[in-house]
Amino acid sequence: MRTIKFLLQKEFRQIFRDPSILRIILVMPVIQLLILPWAADFEIKNIKLAVVDQDHSEYSRRLINKITSSGYFNLTHYSSSYNKSLHQVELDNADIVLQIPTHFEKELVKESEATLFIALNAINGVKASVGGAYLSTIIKDYNKDVRSEWIQFPRFNPEAQIEITSSKWYNPLMNYKYFMVPGILVLLLTMVGTNLAAINIVKEKEIGTIEQINVTPIKKYHFILGKLIPFWILGFVVLTIGLIISRVFYGIIPLGSFVTIYTFAAVYLLAVLGLGLLISTYSNNQQQAMLLSFFILMIFILLGGLYTSIDSMPEWAKWITRFNPVTYFIEVMRMVILKGSSLVNIKFQVLKVFGFAILFNGWAVYSYKKRN
Amino acid sequence: MSIENKDIFYKRTNLKGAGLRQFFAFVKKEFYHIWRDKQTLFILLGMPVMQIIIFGFALTNEVKNSNIAVLDYSKDVATYSIIAELDASRYFEVKEKLVSFNQVEKAFKKGTIKLVVIFPQHFAEDLQHFNKAQVQLIADASDPNVANTLTNYAAAIIMDYQNRISQNKQLPYTIHTEMQMLYNPQLKGAFNFVPGVMAMVLLLVCTMMTAITIVKEKEMGTMEIMLVSPMRPIIVVISKAIPYLLLSIVNIITILLLSVFVLEMPINGSIPLLMAESILFTVVSLSLGLLISAGSSSQQTAMFISLVALFLPTIMLSGFMFPIENMPLPLRIVSNIVPAKWYYTIVKSVMIKGVGINAIWKETLILFGMMVFLLTMAIKKFKIRLA
Repeated sequence: MRTIKFLLQKEFRQIFRDPSILRIILVMPVIQLLILPWAADFEIKNIKLAVVDQDHSEYSRRLINKITSSGYFNLTHYSSSYNKSLHQVELDNADIVLQIPTHFEKELVKESEATLFIALNAINGVKASVGGAYLSTIIKDYNKDVRSEWIQFPRFNPEAQIEITSSKWYNPLMNYKYFMVPGILVLLLTMVGTNLAAINIVKEKEIGTIEQINVTPIKKYHFILGKLIPFWILGFVVLTIGLIISRVFYGIIPLGSFVTIYTFAAVYLLAVLGLGLLISTYSNNQQQAMLLSFFILMIFILLGGLYTSIDSMPEWAKWITRFNPVTYFIEVMRMVILKGSSLVNIKFQVLKVFGFAILFNGWAVYSYKKRN
Repeated sequence: MSIENKDIFYKRTNLKGAGLRQFFAFVKKEFYHIWRDKQTLFILLGMPVMQIIIFGFALTNEVKNSNIAVLDYSKDVATYSIIAELDASRYFEVKEKLVSFNQVEKAFKKGTIKLVVIFPQHFAEDLQHFNKAQVQLIADASDPNVANTLTNYAAAIIMDYQNRISQNKQLPYTIHTEMQMLYNPQLKGAFNFVPGVMAMVLLLVCTMMTAITIVKEKEMGTMEIMLVSPMRPIIVVISKAIPYLLLSIVNIITILLLSVFVLEMPINGSIPLLMAESILFTVVSLSLGLLISAGSSSQQTAMFISLVALFLPTIMLSGFMFPIENMPLPLRIVSNIVPAKWYYTIVKSVMIKGVGINAIWKETLILFGMMVFLLTMAIKKFKIRLA
């Protein structure tokens, strides 16, 4: 115990003597947490629409009005040439081209049917299909308006109609920030933790001070614990600051209890720091440690389920996510904050992450050699 | 000041013949540094390959194979065929059949079910006799994006069913719509994500390459030796970047080969143009790394800035994950300083749309401006005196 106490004293002194690192660790997450959640809005709106109006009729004008007043579309280009509008798509000034052909009104009235042409920039396939669906819904609505001007429908419905009511549980206002802020906090905590730990031992290797520790009777696990505990405490500081920010700036109050979050975080930080220490024991210099932790973090973060849905990934990628502690923490944050889940609900996640913690730290102790 | 001025004057006049030789000597030194550390070299060249393959396949903004549950109070022909259609689509897997409303909450709490479809009693009867029936969709909106998309997909499938049963009656005054998907008729997710992943990987890997170089020599003490040499700061800084530029060009080539032959992306535009733009982008990233390196006091600081500070902003503000036009105005302005945003637009334009330089000159000019700015700043920050 006494050995660890002295080791801790050494580590804490080292941390506090380099204020530039400490400042970065504390300030960078704050700035990112204040800025980035505002960027996360998946909802598809403000679609840039170019209209090719070759009809110039009362009907075409009314259709355009109806579309632009829906709020989803911004009319960015209006002409009577299809090629000109297509060029706007090339320049990224338009996402959708709606072509109203000549005699649109005439055909609709005289021949009882008419056709509109829609061309969509489908590089972002989801945006294109959702945008197309919005547009055809509006056109269908417009169609109904026109039809009801020409024929009087009987009182009951002539077409079979299924009414769909939808409700969104746990986040009825569809506030993206409830979902993103805790998620981004998890990512920041993971990055800070892994990096701090990854660079630490290798730094002593590079500077040569590790030799001095190797010749002392300090046990291997003493050394690893001495590295682990200060960062563990630092991790809690970052988490607390993050939770305060989400409370003050985003009004996020967990439905579940903070005890659950902190309990999980305690186990989680052990796993993440263990991973960092493991990287550190395997690297020869700080650059390698950084590159390795970048590689692993990028996989963990992008496949963590915050940005894209895990269900849509191919089987092998889903398999990776099962070994990804970030996935579990994001899941737990979502469950505790939005659904009010308790420790009982998240016991599997806790157990799995605890397993990672044992694995990574045990491995790190094992692979740290006191001899070259 | 006067001493420094004299220094610069001296160095400028001296640069004619000997300068070039010295410059190459410096470049050679940097090459040896990289070449001798085979492990790091392997990581620098192998990592982008792995990343492009993993993320090229695994990242998609589509939502598919989601687990849903059904609560069917009606159990008739109509509900059975709607449920079968939901299950058959690639978006849904009908995982659970619930029998009472209380089970909905439980299904969501476990976290596996994303959407519950509820049919009230007498669904088919209502539809047949009154031409009107109801369906209720309940989505787990703790992930709002998934909730929204799934609700839309389910509604579309139910609407399809409705249209099919009322098909036999052709209504008068009908407007037909014909849709054409430009550039990506199969709506592949890779077309959107691969350019984004390319931008992200190139930016971060290149920045990390140079972020360490200068500060490492400071930390090791070898910087003293460089500073007493008669080289101008600009030569020292540039000679550090050149070997990494060559490494980056190797990376660009492998990344492009992978995206064409493994991820099946097209290159509809000119390949030399794409190469030139990619090299410009890597020079911007390398310069950013040099600036971080010149401004940092320790390797650890340099690494924290180049990884923790750049990573998430690059993902979130470059436009491939979240559409920039949806962001609030201040963030739309901030996104302009993210180099990856411009490169992402360029790659999409050249690879997929197949346009030429006249469509992307603005983006190119901005990247060029960034390069000049970052390099100048890096050279300015590079101090010829150690504290």
